[in-house]
Amino acid sequence: MSTSYLQLIRFALPEVIVVATALLVLVVDLLLLRKQSLRTRFAMTSVLAVVGCLSAIASLVLAPSLGSLYGEMFLANPLVNFVQIAVLALTIFTLLLTVDSSFTNHVGEFVFLVLLATTGMLFLVATLDLLVIFTSLELLSLSLYIMTAFDKENARSSEAALKYFLFGGMSAAFLLFGFSILYGLSNSTSLLQIAASIHGVSPLLVIAIVTTVIGFGFKVAAAPLHFWAPDVYESAPIPAAAFIASGSKVASFFVFFEIMAVGLAGASGGAAWLHFTNGWVPAVAAVAALSMVLGNTVAIVQSSVRRLLAYSAVAHAGYMLIAIIGHTQQNLSALLYYVVTYGLATIGAFGVIGVVERQTGNDRLDSFNGLSRRAPLLSACLFVFLLSLAGIPPLAGFFGKFYLFVSALHATPGSSGLLWLVVLAIAMSAVSLYYYLQVLKRAFVTAPSVEGEMLPVPAVTQAVVAVLAFGVVLFGSFPNLLLHWIQSALAASGW
Amino acid sequence: MLAWTIYISFFGALVLLLLPRSSTTLARIVAMLTAVTGFAIALIAFVEHRSGELQTIVRADWMPTLGIQYHLAADGISLCLVLLTGVVAITGILFSWNIEKRTKEFFAFYLLLIGSVYGVFLSYDLFLLFVFYEIVIIPKYFLIAIWGSTRKEYGAMKLAIYSFVGSAMVLVGLIAAYVVAGEHSMSLDALAGFAFPVHFQMWAFPLVFVGFAILAGLWPFHTWAPTGHVAAPTAASMLLAGVVMKLGAYGCLRVAMTLFPLGLAPWGFHFLGLGSWRDVFSLLAVIGIIYGAMVALVQKDFKFVIGYSSVSHMGFILLGLMTLNTIGLEGAIVQMVSHGILAGLLFGVVGRMVYDRTHTRELAALGPMNLNKAIPFAAITFVIAGMASMGLPGFSGFAAELMILLGAWHAFPWLAVGTGLGIVIGVVYVWRAMQKAFFAESVTGANHPPLEPISFPERLGAGILIACSVAIGLYPQMLTKVIVPALNSPLFDGLRKGGWQ
Repeated sequence: MSTSYLQLIRFALPEVIVVATALLVLVVDLLLLRKQSLRTRFAMTSVLAVVGCLSAIASLVLAPSLGSLYGEMFLANPLVNFVQIAVLALTIFTLLLTVDSSFTNHVGEFVFLVLLATTGMLFLVATLDLLVIFTSLELLSLSLYIMTAFDKENARSSEAALKYFLFGGMSAAFLLFGFSILYGLSNSTSLLQIAASIHGVSPLLVIAIVTTVIGFGFKVAAAPLHFWAPDVYESAPIPAAAFIASGSKVASFFVFFEIMAVGLAGASGGAAWLHFTNGWVPAVAAVAALSMVLGNTVAIVQSSVRRLLAYSAVAHAGYMLIAIIGHTQQNLSALLYYVVTYGLATIGAFGVIGVVERQTGNDRLDSFNGLSRRAPLLSACLFVFLLSLAGIPPLAGFFGKFYLFVSALHATPGSSGLLWLVVLAIAMSAVSLYYYLQVLKRAFVTAPSVEGEMLPVPAVTQAVVAVLAFGVVLFGSFPNLLLHWIQSALAASGW
Repeated sequence: MLAWTIYISFFGALVLLLLPRSSTTLARIVAMLTAVTGFAIALIAFVEHRSGELQTIVRADWMPTLGIQYHLAADGISLCLVLLTGVVAITGILFSWNIEKRTKEFFAFYLLLIGSVYGVFLSYDLFLLFVFYEIVIIPKYFLIAIWGSTRKEYGAMKLAIYSFVGSAMVLVGLIAAYVVAGEHSMSLDALAGFAFPVHFQMWAFPLVFVGFAILAGLWPFHTWAPTGHVAAPTAASMLLAGVVMKLGAYGCLRVAMTLFPLGLAPWGFHFLGLGSWRDVFSLLAVIGIIYGAMVALVQKDFKFVIGYSSVSHMGFILLGLMTLNTIGLEGAIVQMVSHGILAGLLFGVVGRMVYDRTHTRELAALGPMNLNKAIPFAAITFVIAGMASMGLPGFSGFAAELMILLGAWHAFPWLAVGTGLGIVIGVVYVWRAMQKAFFAESVTGANHPPLEPISFPERLGAGILIACSVAIGLYPQMLTKVIVPALNSPLFDGLRKGGWQ
């Protein structure tokens, strides 16, 4: 353990850049921008934060570090770098949506928290150690709780944050409990050590598995641990909601996959139809099946578009859990493609909702009436995002699903083990088209409530949303752009 | 070059979206030019391509990690259907020349639909085929929901959900086939050449077949078709009945039957007298023929008559596919083209010529209007279309249904008898609708406002479709000489070995 601090800082350069930017944002906002208008402050701080994230990406691309520090506490390899870049890119889009906001006076603090949460995610994905996983997960979660509550004039925002916090605290306790059992079983917090000492399922391990699945099930909003999601999605400020729905999903799913596939590889069990064997796979399979069914069916009856997205997020979590159940290299590649493109589409959808909300004051379905005539470009983008979420080709969501299902079938010998989950997922995604079309029907079919009135769309939001829509189409039409990168990163990282 | 039918349609849609909001006439012209260019390309390819064998158009790696290729190819079957798409696209635009509401968006969705339909017919990689197949759903939904009539949102949603459920079934089958084959390829050749285990084919075949057949209006999954057709605007009904239902039938033949030919083999036991999936589906097809005709017989709404007649005619196609002999399959494909043309014509008369003028489709209300005097052109067109649809010699329907009947006679004599019954009822419902709508006893003294005369685009559209139907009726070899070599190609080897005479 003779690593010097200088070495550590160079190793953790992206994280250091983000933290430094966070502090800088706070200082600039407090000292220089106090007198400026709210708009200027949001614009300046967000742009500053974007520059910080861009430099972090630059440091990852131009001078990627490789290797590990303190055992597996702190890793750097192409795969980790890829996930970090994805997380940073999604953060940048979220920050750009903040530019036109005006929901709070505490501008610097909000952007500071976004960057802090990003730091949490960067550390979270760059480790194979339970202790670091837990602390960085808490850094992420605590920032998200506060961000949810940031719209102080809105009582529902505080209510949602409290609910999120209470549920989150509980699930963190479960997670910690599970981790402590894993430590007890293996005498180590390193996932590799844990993997080496776990062979087969003991009663104690069952408890650890259940509590870990509960903890992460909460983070990724899988049923039946999704109760916070509808409230948070509905009431959090738009950038916070978009952030929770995208970047934090990427990081959480990646770590969940790592813990299960690396740490608990010796106790996987099986979830083939009618041949369930003891381990964590059947537990995750149950959660996945429940999420797909519950998320898709409950989304149908929503009248708030944000709540609809929340339940659709539950459903998507179900699909993505299928990749964890398969837990092979190909599954990880499919999961990463899926979660990243899902993040793009979700941020975009939230961007559109934000614009509509600002004009009509709410996100009810009827606020979207006639959107295609009030804001043609914006509604064209909404069209792309929602159809991608529904899985219509040639958008990214379709290829994501296709690849996810193909790799799930490849994962088990004989190819038919997970077929029941794949069939369920495809059937449920047929259901999902119904509610996505409900929104698009409002936008394209129903006449506007007030004829002839154009919707004022802030230029930055418009540009961000258009770029995201372009990305969804591009990655959908040419999946290899992203896939090639993911697969070479996986191959170079020992997967 | 044939690939440009797809690109030019998508490009046309994009151009339309970029036009200024008020440019209605320009939008029509752009749409028309696009459709005509697409048709011209298809026609040139059809004329040049005499051999009827498979010709690759484009083949490039698309997703090398999964072995998926961007592979477009055409054989005689594809060419016939591409040509049909071109004709229906042009006439559909002619019949929707009067659309004033959100014109450019209408034609943009329309061309998007056309482009994807071309794409399905030309795809040779199953992933690509599925991509185009799914894109079709979305413009269909919006065309009906925005520009439709009678319960349009219900009809549109029902159609979208049925299609999506169907394609979900297809997707399950395709993914399973891809993984089971382990060939690292989605190419039709590679998968059709792979010998899937019999027990796999036994469940994958009905899954994929029914998934496609939902869109082809297979009884009892046809219920989306009448409501969808009735709710749709004229051009969309024409496309829906004319080409979109053909996508389903095409998928049944091109994908389900070539990939899983053993799925048609006998089960080895009998259930209710049925010994294989072939028996099941041919029975369903005949039920569809008779049921569609009977229901068309009692409809009060003119468009529902045509909607149910489509179900009946599509039954012929599915029956033709299940005969598994050359003449029956040939007939099925000729029927796809024939019904595409005739359904387009019938919907054009009912939706555009009659409904847009009288604003009613109730047969009882149309009768007193003396339509044979008020709009004689519509009456004459309907008489011709009706005769063609009944299967009168000299029209395309006769040639097609005769071939299917001959094929069915070889394969299932008893069902052929039932089919004959369906043809007889077909004569009756066309007759009834014709009589009630156009030639009812005129009510003396009833004063109706004069109807707007039939416009030139409508005359032209009707003329084109009638000419096509007569041309195929008089000279069906035009189609069969490219279809037969295609059916004899190695792709259909599996089917041929499985009991094809």
